[in-house]
Amino acid sequence: MSATVREVWSVLDQVPDPEIPVVSVVDLGIVRDVSVHDAAVEVTITPTYTGCPATAPIRSDIEAALRLRFGPVNVRVSLAPAWTTDWITPRGKQRLAAYGIAPPNPTGNRPKQCPQCGSNETELLSEFGSTPCKALYRCRACREPFDYFKCL
Amino acid sequence: MLFEYVLRLGDSPLVLAQQLGGLIAQAPTMEEDVALANVSLDLLGQARALLSFAGELEGRGRDENDLAYFRESHAFHNLLLVEQPNGDFAQTQLRQFLYDAFAIELWTQLQRSSDATLAAVAGKAVKETAYHVRRSADWVIRLGDGTEESARRLHAALANLWMFTGELFLTDAVDDAMAEQGVAPLASRLEPAWRTRVESVFTDARLDVPETAWPQRGGKLGRHTEHLGHLLAEMQVLPRTHPGARW
Repeated sequence: MSATVREVWSVLDQVPDPEIPVVSVVDLGIVRDVSVHDAAVEVTITPTYTGCPATAPIRSDIEAALRLRFGPVNVRVSLAPAWTTDWITPRGKQRLAAYGIAPPNPTGNRPKQCPQCGSNETELLSEFGSTPCKALYRCRACREPFDYFKCL
Repeated sequence: MLFEYVLRLGDSPLVLAQQLGGLIAQAPTMEEDVALANVSLDLLGQARALLSFAGELEGRGRDENDLAYFRESHAFHNLLLVEQPNGDFAQTQLRQFLYDAFAIELWTQLQRSSDATLAAVAGKAVKETAYHVRRSADWVIRLGDGTEESARRLHAALANLWMFTGELFLTDAVDDAMAEQGVAPLASRLEPAWRTRVESVFTDARLDVPETAWPQRGGKLGRHTEHLGHLLAEMQVLPRTHPGARW
């Protein structure tokens, strides 16, 4: 079955991140390139962190989703240019916040506000949270702990 | 020669990742447990990328797993510093800081490597290492400037580890060749920046920079302290007992 590049992107946008399923691999900026050839659909992805254990499942999720619709798929993993949180889409950032994860904030690299109560009185508990890409914070207003998606 | 150099680059993060992995569920606090595991994961990611690349360069069909699990200790080229035991929390964090402070300079320079793969790995590793060194420096300061007990332990850790820092900056024919080809910076050139950072953190941690003792050397050439064999025995036992085992 032949596909257009736009159709491939729209299927990719339905592939959730395995660790933060409210955002898609497109929202996270992991998909760097899509091209459609006679023989196969080609997708280039980039890992968030070099050791991110989600890279392998993301790759196989992408292959599975695209193969179902378009047939043969090649997924390439590329390290350069290095992934940056600047590539997370505005919609991705909104979805992270709604899910309880403060999105990356390049100004000062600390959460703009608590994703629970919206207070900006927050403090760092640990440089690393539940995954390498996050830090653990606490809100001084509502006293709830929360994850902050660190700038990278 | 590039194969040799890439192995050296990859083996240190591999060994350090294994060390930190051994602390999972044993750190003094939950946050620290998670942090050490995550640093370990970053290091393992760097090691995987480098050992995979080394395998391609060698061209004998060895992949990252073959290189990690089926080499003997004398075929490992990691720095002696990273194979020193976890010890107590002070030793774990000081070892981490001394390595991170070196790695941040190394990755920063390697981003300009004439080799595209090394430049790409460095481009990612430098961002991760910026977080590592911030955290390990913070712990060194907290422990050194903390209680009498924490300072005593940090001083003891420094006495154990300092002799292994000289090796970070020693160079040999492989390093010279890599520098000449624009593949890598000469390790000796990284020392001033490392020293500046170490001195500044030590000042805040109320630690004196020790007199430079005779540096222990040999890691890059496969001559290791007795600790590496034990570490590898644990790391390699499963794939050696069940070759080809898969999840």
